[in-house]
Amino acid sequence: MNRRTNALDLHVPAPHARPGDKPDFAGWTFPEPGDTPRPEIDASAGDLRDYAYGLIRVLDLDGNASGAWAPSIAAETLRRGLKYMLLTRAFDDRMYRAQRQGKTSFYMQSFGEEAVSIAQALALNVDDMCFPSYRQQGILIARDYPLVTMMNQIYSNAHDPVKGRQLPVMYSSKKDGFFTISGNLATQVPQAVGWAMASAYSGDMRIASAWLGEGSTAEGDFHAAMTFASVYKAPVIINIVNNQWAISSFQGIAGGENTTFAARGVGYGVPPLRVDGNDFLAVYAVTQWAAARARANLGPTLIEHFTYRAGAHSTSDDPSRYRPADEGRAWPLGDPIGRLHDHLVAMGEWSEVQHKQAQEEALETVRAAGREAEKVGVLSVDSAHPPASIFEDVYKEMPWHLQRQRDEAVGG
Amino acid sequence: MPSMTMIQALNSALDVMMERDQSVLTFGEDVGYFGGVFRVTEHLQKKYGAKRCFDAPINECGIAATAIGMAVYGLRPVIEIQFADYMYPAYDQLVSEAARIRYRSANDFTVPMTVRMPYGGGIRGGQTHSQSPEALFTHVAGLKTVIPSTPYDAKGLLISAIEDDDPVIFLEPKRIYNGPFDGWPDRQVAPWAKHPASETPAGYYKIALGKANIVREGSAVTVLAYGTMVHVALSAVQESGIDAEVIDLRTLLPVDIDTIVASVSKTGRCVIVHEATRTSGYGAELSALVQEHCFYQLEAPIQRVTGYDTPYPHAQEWDYFPTPPRIMKAMRRVMEA
Ligand SMILES: Cc1ncc(C[n+]2csc(CCOP(=O)(O)OP(=O)(O)O)c2C)c(N)n1
Repeated sequence: MNRRTNALDLHVPAPHARPGDKPDFAGWTFPEPGDTPRPEIDASAGDLRDYAYGLIRVLDLDGNASGAWAPSIAAETLRRGLKYMLLTRAFDDRMYRAQRQGKTSFYMQSFGEEAVSIAQALALNVDDMCFPSYRQQGILIARDYPLVTMMNQIYSNAHDPVKGRQLPVMYSSKKDGFFTISGNLATQVPQAVGWAMASAYSGDMRIASAWLGEGSTAEGDFHAAMTFASVYKAPVIINIVNNQWAISSFQGIAGGENTTFAARGVGYGVPPLRVDGNDFLAVYAVTQWAAARARANLGPTLIEHFTYRAGAHSTSDDPSRYRPADEGRAWPLGDPIGRLHDHLVAMGEWSEVQHKQAQEEALETVRAAGREAEKVGVLSVDSAHPPASIFEDVYKEMPWHLQRQRDEAVGG
Repeated sequence: MPSMTMIQALNSALDVMMERDQSVLTFGEDVGYFGGVFRVTEHLQKKYGAKRCFDAPINECGIAATAIGMAVYGLRPVIEIQFADYMYPAYDQLVSEAARIRYRSANDFTVPMTVRMPYGGGIRGGQTHSQSPEALFTHVAGLKTVIPSTPYDAKGLLISAIEDDDPVIFLEPKRIYNGPFDGWPDRQVAPWAKHPASETPAGYYKIALGKANIVREGSAVTVLAYGTMVHVALSAVQESGIDAEVIDLRTLLPVDIDTIVASVSKTGRCVIVHEATRTSGYGAELSALVQEHCFYQLEAPIQRVTGYDTPYPHAQEWDYFPTPPRIMKAMRRVMEA
């Protein structure tokens, strides 16, 4: 194309490092742990503006906690959090390998971002309603949902609670406050707002919490959620898990080159908290703050959890094709398990022996669940669920045309 | 002539058109550096630069809408919706806008854009990676809808779509991206290299929109199919020993009515096959057309073999998918009538 001088030019964002390059996080600056003040829960959204551009940190990289955000949290709760994170990681590892062994079609890990779902599940009440994306399996694990049932779903076997209908990891459990996961990104976020509006309408005590990736904030559904949450002061927490990658697209493709994701809250008048997502204590503290605010009828909070997707997007993905292989290890804010471990050790509440033992326990728990689930069955060409089952639950009552199709299908 | 997979043929079509025409550019989720999750846009960013092949935010509405804006400016954008199952946020822009801009402006503005979408089942993708939404597009006045079934057709049709001055929905049967799957889940799929229609010219050529292809001549019954189902139908015909005529529609809108009518007038029998759900599916339109044009030649009621009217299941995929035995049964039924 012949370009005239001073002609317009199209900007297309590109990340700092691609395969073969040295990981480059030099552009990020982080406030020191403990430096960010903790506002009252009734502070106005306008007064909280700056939180969108900072980073709430409690733990330093040696495991010491400091500052107003340091939550008062029992050592026992921290140990539980650490064990749940270890369990989640062991579970992910085994199920990733199970897919590779052909036992199922698909799997997605939460490797590197376990603190988000575990710390938040522990900071919320057990009956608060969660509207997760596909990467918050930690919520179910922290609510003591049976691992074997998760595996049954992943294997679509005869004990799969969603009867083989859904892709692996698309769990659903109403009694555990875990909404049925959708494969369509961001749809759950405005639904969470609606649930929260219903809870407020009904004079209930429960709040809602939704999760989505930074990539998914580009979807219109996220913006619908922010608008409704703001207008109706819905008792909801909207969590953006900024793990910096949306499959192969770095966060700049979702708008992260120009501002933070927390800053999306500023325009909507929703308090925007930006937090170190690998800092268990900080995630716990901001969740407590947002939950208290919602319970006090003060409305929604937007939280950006800054973390890093340490694993592949899914078993269908190969991140070495689009980002440096060692980028995850270079992430300056470390690994959530290592950091909580260091903190507990620094407190004198944990030891290497205990850690090793907890790791082994996690492995053994996952192994035992795996044996049990595999005994029931793994995915194969012949479904464990009869052909007639696909016609159930389309409607409450089966219309004539589905009855006829079912009879034809069963008749062979 | 080089042998190509359908992915390579589609990639080659984009390459040829980007080389020939500066106004052609392509974008979508993961389309740029990575080359798309199915690799259809591989190497294009490297070859043509990030301004002509780039990643889009995850917002299908925005992808469609900005492409409309570019097309209105005078470019020929080719967008990728990562899976057809994710096109719904874009639907308003496609239906209310792309489809009608020529009409509502009385030719003042036009939208020469192509919307590529991998669609269809057979990959164990569950309900959000398996849908066949073609009828949601053929129902809309102002859109054209194209579905190839071979590498050769895919390239020639995509080039025609890009050169077309109206918006074209280009649905790619992802199950046959890498080989002509013929509907038997536990049999090995032959690679495209073994199929004659993988022979694909490296350069520019076109296959006209609106022209069907008779992939097997026969006299006993006409089987209408498109996409993956062309290969599934051929396999059913072969196993059944029935002398069926199999027509690959290639373009669903505008459909090649002359070829359909000539064939059904000859055979007097018709079986329609698609993966999509049955009720108000594209097969209903085909059935109505055949009835309207061939009523006095028909010897038996028209049969439809389709996906059932349920969401697309994961584990029960092979109970849901219209496999060759179901097509054979329908052919026998029309033969016995
Ligand atoms: C509406 C819709 N569009 C596209 C996709 C395909 N897709 C699945 S995951 C994904 C990336 C999401 O990235 P992000 O929101 O950052 O979450 P992360 O995977 O990093 O947790 C894409 C594009 C989809 N599932 N739904």
